[in-house]
Amino acid sequence: MLKVHRDICGYFGCCVSVCPEGALELIDAYLCVEKSCTSCGICAKVCPLGALEVVDEK
Amino acid sequence: MKNKYDVLVIGGGPAGAIAAKTAVEKGLSACLVEKRPAIGAPVRCAEGIGKEALHEFIDPDPCWISAEMTGASIVAPDGFLMKLTSDLAGNKVGYILDRKIFDRELVWKAAEAGADVTVKTRASAPIMEDGFVKGAKIESCGQVMNVTAEVVIAADGVESKFSRWCGIDTTVPVREIMSSVQYVLADIDIDEHSTVFYLGNDVAPEGYLWVFPKGERSANVGVGISGKKSGEGHRAKDYLDRFVKKTFPQGKPIEYIAGGVSVCRPLASTAADGLIIAGDAARVVDPLTGGGIYNGMYTGRLAAQVAADCIAKGNVSKKALMLYDKTWREAKMGKSIERNYHIKEYLIKQPDTKLNEIIHSVSKINLTEFTTLSLLKEIIRVNPKLMLELGALAASIR
Repeated sequence: MLKVHRDICGYFGCCVSVCPEGALELIDAYLCVEKSCTSCGICAKVCPLGALEVVDEK
Repeated sequence: MKNKYDVLVIGGGPAGAIAAKTAVEKGLSACLVEKRPAIGAPVRCAEGIGKEALHEFIDPDPCWISAEMTGASIVAPDGFLMKLTSDLAGNKVGYILDRKIFDRELVWKAAEAGADVTVKTRASAPIMEDGFVKGAKIESCGQVMNVTAEVVIAADGVESKFSRWCGIDTTVPVREIMSSVQYVLADIDIDEHSTVFYLGNDVAPEGYLWVFPKGERSANVGVGISGKKSGEGHRAKDYLDRFVKKTFPQGKPIEYIAGGVSVCRPLASTAADGLIIAGDAARVVDPLTGGGIYNGMYTGRLAAQVAADCIAKGNVSKKALMLYDKTWREAKMGKSIERNYHIKEYLIKQPDTKLNEIIHSVSKINLTEFTTLSLLKEIIRVNPKLMLELGALAASIR
């Protein structure tokens, strides 16, 4: 699953534009991850700050 | 806010503001919704714009101009500096804006012209009828309402969702997103009237690093790298921090900004039934420079003009609204995007040695017209063999 490190996230939406599933949305200053997220990791790669991480489901 | 308008504009940046202003000037009712609680903030921009480009929309005002530029420099990967000056000595060639105030001014002008404006209000879904976009579900501070409109103009920026909800794929390819970070640095030694661009694989892979003065001893210092080149330990922030530590160790960050800039081709279609897409949401950022303010204002204005014509004729189908798409593509703006896309594709494939060679060939360029095109023409003039390498692209630069 995709983990948002909210202490690192700058809430600027670079990730939203590259999500192939349209699963991310920046609502004001809060990044929402929808159920359609496939944990593909594209957003984690492009995030300029390193605020996103794909972690194993527990 | 009413529940019915001729035009509903989503997004309160330059594209949305000009769209709303133009719509009401054309005699339409219009409402602009901005999801953030403040227009203009947070800034996600290096804030540069050409003088002529700005003047096409608004007279310059010291209230929102941070600094006036008279020149620019390009630093090659090996550190060699190429200086660009203008023949029109003493003349401003561009501005670094204060987007917080600039965006407010544009929205204020839209409001003054008669548009309704709301903040902390978001469009959370389109209202669809028979395949037509007929408005949007609007959420504002806990209240939900349906707002119908003849035409919706989606100017919701790089993180645009609205057109996607209407069935248009707006995904930016990973290699074509500029993953970017910027500090506003204070107390640094800079030439306050010249922008500086740093190139090279060690500085900004497939992108560039910029120093855009914000006034005396302060500047937007940022970097954009290709999403393809981004990853753990080598993200935009890593590149920027390394540069700042080396170049401006005494600098104090007074603002921290991150974001994405699309450098892909524009959306294949920027209109649908009842919908027009403008600005960054339409992916009309200049793919070479990453500049989007002018293109945003241009498409915002055109979107409202075409919407007004189509509403007057009682036909807001995709077929009718595609006049917008056709017009901007055939205009100077569209052609410049296409040309600059090819130039960007050429440049990102060049190794640092080649970039050094090109930049060394001209240590000082005096431009009669301060544009990327005239810069390229000058570079090609002293490097005639580039013509062959550029192939078919060369014809569009001549």
